[in-house]
Amino acid sequence: MSAAKNELKIALWRRYRFAASHRLHSAQLSAEENQRVYGKCNNPYGHGHNYTVEVSVSGEVDPATGMIANLSDLDGFVEREVLEAFDHRNLNEEVPAFRATVPTTENLCIELYKRLKLFSPARLERIRVEETGNNSFEYAGEPMERSHR
Amino acid sequence: MVYLTRKIEFAASHLYHNPAFSAEENRRVFGKCNNPHGHGHNYVLEVTVAGEPDPVTGMVLDLKELKDILEREVMVRMDHRFLNYVVAELAGKIPTCENIARVIWELLEPKIVRGRLHRIRLYETPDLFVDCYRNGALPA
Repeated sequence: MSAAKNELKIALWRRYRFAASHRLHSAQLSAEENQRVYGKCNNPYGHGHNYTVEVSVSGEVDPATGMIANLSDLDGFVEREVLEAFDHRNLNEEVPAFRATVPTTENLCIELYKRLKLFSPARLERIRVEETGNNSFEYAGEPMERSHR
Repeated sequence: MVYLTRKIEFAASHLYHNPAFSAEENRRVFGKCNNPHGHGHNYVLEVTVAGEPDPVTGMVLDLKELKDILEREVMVRMDHRFLNYVVAELAGKIPTCENIARVIWELLEPKIVRGRLHRIRLYETPDLFVDCYRNGALPA
């Protein structure tokens, strides 16, 4: 159901953390081009980050619980769908989506969005990922996906 | 359009309990937030006001005016209070971040007459927060 324009909207945000390694390398580029484009992020054995993921969901606040979604449900879902698959992993080697796609944080945002969109108790609004304290990325789906809100 | 944000902090206690639920249901749904004597948080509230700067003063609204509104409407009501028992606007509601944010929105919106209230963000902890805004007000 789409919320009427001007209706008061409430979105819940929850922050999670995971640590993972990656290497930025595109199979479509030569070794020299990879080095030029990705610099030290192209170093052969990869490197790691402490990622912070912020997940925003919206929906009706249940009058019986005061909640958009029970945090234990959201935490459990994120744990199963994201943290178990990403935390202390090598993104290139262990996450199938990054076999053929470069695990930039842009692509990571999109992959996280795809996984968390399946959370059924509330509507996924947006994902925000900090790769380091100085870089952050947000993804809210494509306009088509958002039109039914 | 310019957006200005003022941040305040207040400390308050609360507990989650629905009298329509059994003791077991309360425990199952609310977990340790159901502990009978309550617990507390350092809440952080960010209030964003949108508007055009006044051509004479260069301000959307005087920050001092916003500070006074936040003091009267939020700090006096909620700072160092037990939210379930002493905040009339929360009577009969579970004082979750969602519900507290809605109450704060409803208190502030009519009081902000220079510019308009654009968004409030209420942090219960650094890892749990809520945004409240008019649908369609945010880009994307």
